[in-house]
Amino acid sequence: MLEIKNLHVKLEEEEKQILKGVDLKVDSGKVHAIMGPNGSGKSTLSYVLSGRDGYEVTEGAASLDGEDLLELEPEERAAAGLFLAFQYPVEIPGVGNMTFLRTAVNAQRKARGEEELSAADFLKIVRERAKSLKINADMLKRPVNVGFSGGEKKRNEILQMAMLEPKMCILDETDSGLDVDAMKLVAEGVNALRDEGRGFLVITHYQRLLDHIKPDVVHIMADGRIVKTGGPELALEVENNGYADILAEVQ
Amino acid sequence: MALPEIKQTATEARLAALELPTAGCTKPAREAAVARVREMGLPDRRDEYWKYTRPDTLVQADAPKAALFDNDEPLMFDQIDRLKIVFVDGIFDADASDDLSLEGVQIERLEDICCTDIHWAKDLYGVLETRGHNPVPRPLAALNTAFAADGVAIHVTGKPSKPISLIYVHKDEASDAFLHHIVRVESGAEATILENGPAAARFNKCMEIDIADGGILHHVRSQGRDHERRAVTHMFTRLGEESVYKSFTLTVNGVLTRNEQVIEILGDDAVAHVAGACVGDGDFHHDDTVFITHDAVNCESRQVFKKVLRNGATGVFQGKILVKAGAQKTDGYQISQSLLLDDDSQFLAKPELEIYADDVACSHGSTSGAIDETALFYLRSRGLPVADATDLLTLAFLAEAVEEIEDEDLAADIVNRLESWLSRRR
Repeated sequence: MLEIKNLHVKLEEEEKQILKGVDLKVDSGKVHAIMGPNGSGKSTLSYVLSGRDGYEVTEGAASLDGEDLLELEPEERAAAGLFLAFQYPVEIPGVGNMTFLRTAVNAQRKARGEEELSAADFLKIVRERAKSLKINADMLKRPVNVGFSGGEKKRNEILQMAMLEPKMCILDETDSGLDVDAMKLVAEGVNALRDEGRGFLVITHYQRLLDHIKPDVVHIMADGRIVKTGGPELALEVENNGYADILAEVQ
Repeated sequence: MALPEIKQTATEARLAALELPTAGCTKPAREAAVARVREMGLPDRRDEYWKYTRPDTLVQADAPKAALFDNDEPLMFDQIDRLKIVFVDGIFDADASDDLSLEGVQIERLEDICCTDIHWAKDLYGVLETRGHNPVPRPLAALNTAFAADGVAIHVTGKPSKPISLIYVHKDEASDAFLHHIVRVESGAEATILENGPAAARFNKCMEIDIADGGILHHVRSQGRDHERRAVTHMFTRLGEESVYKSFTLTVNGVLTRNEQVIEILGDDAVAHVAGACVGDGDFHHDDTVFITHDAVNCESRQVFKKVLRNGATGVFQGKILVKAGAQKTDGYQISQSLLLDDDSQFLAKPELEIYADDVACSHGSTSGAIDETALFYLRSRGLPVADATDLLTLAFLAEAVEEIEDEDLAADIVNRLESWLSRRR
């Protein structure tokens, strides 16, 4: 379970408060969506949870299954079961996708005191999971995300998620830059991973992703806070009326 | 023009400390080389060509001592089937070496070459070195021609089944070694030459390579990582029509290394690639100086140099492509890049193009940068500890240079070595 309490975050380099008291609980097996206008702090929340530099937590707490996330290095958070699907997956020239995946899987296993996967076992699993995401052998061989299309990059994120089997997945605008078919493929990949033991936090601007990944709970974020929480119908309301009405209502 | 007095004094002091080997057939070449050294004078720090690298310790009469490196690493190229030729502190070790006979190549120790007038070695020893003092003198190479105590003549007439592996062992803390090799690749012949090892406390190596029309030579070198060793090496290569020369050098540590490659492309449709990967960690100075002359039509040259520097290491790259008038359709590429892992390290680059033909494609680029923080975070967010992530990005950075090695087994050997060195460094 991901639990965020009264989280206040500012930029490290300047006096700009971005998160102003976020409270959120995501239980295992549930899918929560966070929607909100540009600049409301959605992506910042995902970066702070995964441990990116450049942010300072001034107040509040965040934990995963009781473990204090904010005390951990990014790699320790990953080993604890947190996964962030990036809005802009990073290209890494010179590092083969397959090498990267195997190194990541085994680094996490090692950190958890588990035995590393043999090359043969790894290969078998990665091929099977790549196939369902329509990731071909060539994409596995190429350097990480280099020369990938927008859709391929996002599918590659989901493949990493499938291989790393995290307990809590944060999807940061995974629908951005995707056409309808690519979005369906990504959503299918996510849905295949829905499981009693796994929670999801789906960050998006638009309702349409939520047609494919059905959320249990929808939150609206604005100006660094969660201002409204509801069921899937809340997303439809945003789609029909925009954010203005909701924001006016909560103010 | 007379040399400045200070240079003349330093040069004479060095010459006085050396004795000309008595070897017969190279004697005239050696005597001529001494005269060249006197005429040029040995380099000092006032020379523009040595602006970024201080030559003092390479020139002074006594070699600075270099402690032997306690090394439990597996031997380089150990998994490769090869013909081993071993030199200990610059002297051929027959017991440690393989039998020198191999189909497709004749290998002779320089001093065993009989003094007949017709031996091919006579037309090569010191000849390419003499041609190579352009656009600047390279007096340490002439000094080598004069005083090289040992070396081999490799005559490639076919396609030998395995690489010829020159292994340089360092056993004496005060050794001052000169090795001079000459290589002739005949028309249509093809061979691979490997070099590895720290060689000596101070090592001066010269290799002259003549590749006839249609000949192919691959060269892969790994310079030992003994921290205190010093090396100055020159490779002079002449290429005929449709010939190919591909050279890769891996350098890890060593207090001072200057590698010069001087390549003359004289035949049409020839290809010359030189690449280098270097990892410097600590008080370490590594200089790659390359000069490629295009003097024929439709030829290709590539220079790819990558240096990873930290803890005060210095990397130098001086690379020049000269395209002579008439060398049309030249395709020249040059890239030098450094990855600076901290603020104490530096990279000094002087890329140059000089072009007198009007139908050519030449490019050069040089960059210095730190580890990409976004990529580092991406890898860490997937569970890689920061040190592993840094190593992975470092290897990826070096990969472009290592990929210049055509033979997959040799490239894999180099990558394994880099991985092991990077992880040990922590």
